[in-house]
Amino acid sequence: MSTPALETTSFDVADVRRDFPILNQQIHGKPLVYFDNAATAQKPIAVLDTLQHYYREYNANVHRGVHTLSEHATAAYEGARDKVASFMNAPSRREIIFVRGTTEAINLVAQSYARPILKPGDEIIVSRMAHHSNIVPWILLRDELDIELRVIPINERGELELEVYEQLFSPRTRLVAVGHVSNALGTVNPVERIVATARKHDVPVLIDGAQRAPHAAIDVQALDCDFYAFSSHKAFGPTGVGALWARENLLETMPPYQGGGEMIKMVSFERVEYNDLPHRFEAGTPNIAGAVGLGAAIDYLNGLGYERIGAWESQLRDYATERLSEIPGLRIIGTAAEKVSVISFVMDGIHPHDLGTIVDHEGIAIRTGHHCAMPIMDYFGVPATARASLAFYNTLEEIDRLVDALTTAREVFA
Amino acid sequence: MDLKDLYQDIIVDHNRSPRNFRRLADASHQAEGFNPLCGDKLNLYLDIDDGGRIRDIGFEGSGCAISIASASLMTDAIKGATEKEAHRFFEAMHDMLTGDAAADVEMLGKLAAVAGVRAFPSRVKCASLCWHTLNAALDETPAAVSTE
Repeated sequence: MSTPALETTSFDVADVRRDFPILNQQIHGKPLVYFDNAATAQKPIAVLDTLQHYYREYNANVHRGVHTLSEHATAAYEGARDKVASFMNAPSRREIIFVRGTTEAINLVAQSYARPILKPGDEIIVSRMAHHSNIVPWILLRDELDIELRVIPINERGELELEVYEQLFSPRTRLVAVGHVSNALGTVNPVERIVATARKHDVPVLIDGAQRAPHAAIDVQALDCDFYAFSSHKAFGPTGVGALWARENLLETMPPYQGGGEMIKMVSFERVEYNDLPHRFEAGTPNIAGAVGLGAAIDYLNGLGYERIGAWESQLRDYATERLSEIPGLRIIGTAAEKVSVISFVMDGIHPHDLGTIVDHEGIAIRTGHHCAMPIMDYFGVPATARASLAFYNTLEEIDRLVDALTTAREVFA
Repeated sequence: MDLKDLYQDIIVDHNRSPRNFRRLADASHQAEGFNPLCGDKLNLYLDIDDGGRIRDIGFEGSGCAISIASASLMTDAIKGATEKEAHRFFEAMHDMLTGDAAADVEMLGKLAAVAGVRAFPSRVKCASLCWHTLNAALDETPAAVSTE
């Protein structure tokens, strides 16, 4: 099957690809096809240049010195906070905490928000669709505090069972922690409805937005949630940084997550006075370059526009779904009505790890394994899946390349 | 590096039709192997007689072609061998997979087909899982030997 004529689109993917120099290389003698974007996304030149510029021109610690470089670095770091606040449509920059990534953000909420208020027998609602990072922090609390986890089940399409979810609330429910988009299945969860239900029970909601940020805008006010986290590196920014948004009134009640420099106003051995928000939750020298680089990634995404990104990614998703479905013995895992351009699949008689090696030989990078979501694998009765996760710089021709490589895999195991 | 060096016919064959793929009801030794990185699971069963000879061996599990074929080839190779010989096979495999020392290719025989994984560093553990599981099974002191 040949590639269909492109619909008229304002999205010039060839032009966009020039912003990502890493894509222009050969793997095993074949042009790289990078389909592992849900693991980590590639970085545009704008981000790379920003990192280089920071380290070459104004590397200094923030909020410390009176010298010029420190003031420059502080302005850039705090400027990045403003960009993140705007990116998430946060009401206040004081509500943006820079963290290492989504995992740390969830652990921060678990340790600083949930842990102090939980009593034995209290309940937290989590989901079967979650990444381990939105499961294990709650299991740690459960085992320490003797609380109960109530788990939202999924259906065979890989969607949350919302009717069951609505029955999971009790007077002991203290928090709901769900993902916005599933890393393993690509499912977009109806988080507005999930939050609305929790509101009725007066229970706060934490949303893991790690897989949302690469694909669509985040609007914490429209969602009406209480905590929202995402990682820079999945959204075309540097690794090692991310953001937690939390309602100011909640942050004000929370004890610090870590102690150290930066998060205090005054320290004596008798007494510590903690810093104001958001610095109270940012102990130690932060990832300054990372935050500034994340700011550059946000500028880049704003320049492309999520509407155009979304329109192109929908074409990629639909074409990939159609072409993969043509392969005999291939089964797509996760067929939700609402999906991003992330497609998990298995093939009869070929283990995902063998698929991963074989398509890599054709220059194609996909993820194979349990995707840090073992409860999902258990549900679908598979040890692992292969996952092609596409970003806006991917092309229809690359999807054809994957289909050809999977056909090769069938021949290897014929 | 050609894919065929990894997925040699013998590997594909042992993956499709694994030998000794069964649980031994009367195993004197057994061990479970697990690769948490990729989810490969392996249960290994050995029936070792009083003289230390592996009378029978079987395995069950799930995993990629490399791990299943490697386990299948291993069971074929050491069935009928003594524990001491099995340890020597382990050493020879270890040498071959890590490349730390010249491997005893003659002794390895068909097992040498697994050598292709050396060019695929992320897959070496797939091939060695069964051998580490074997080591665990052999190291366990069988109650029958120590008490009778």
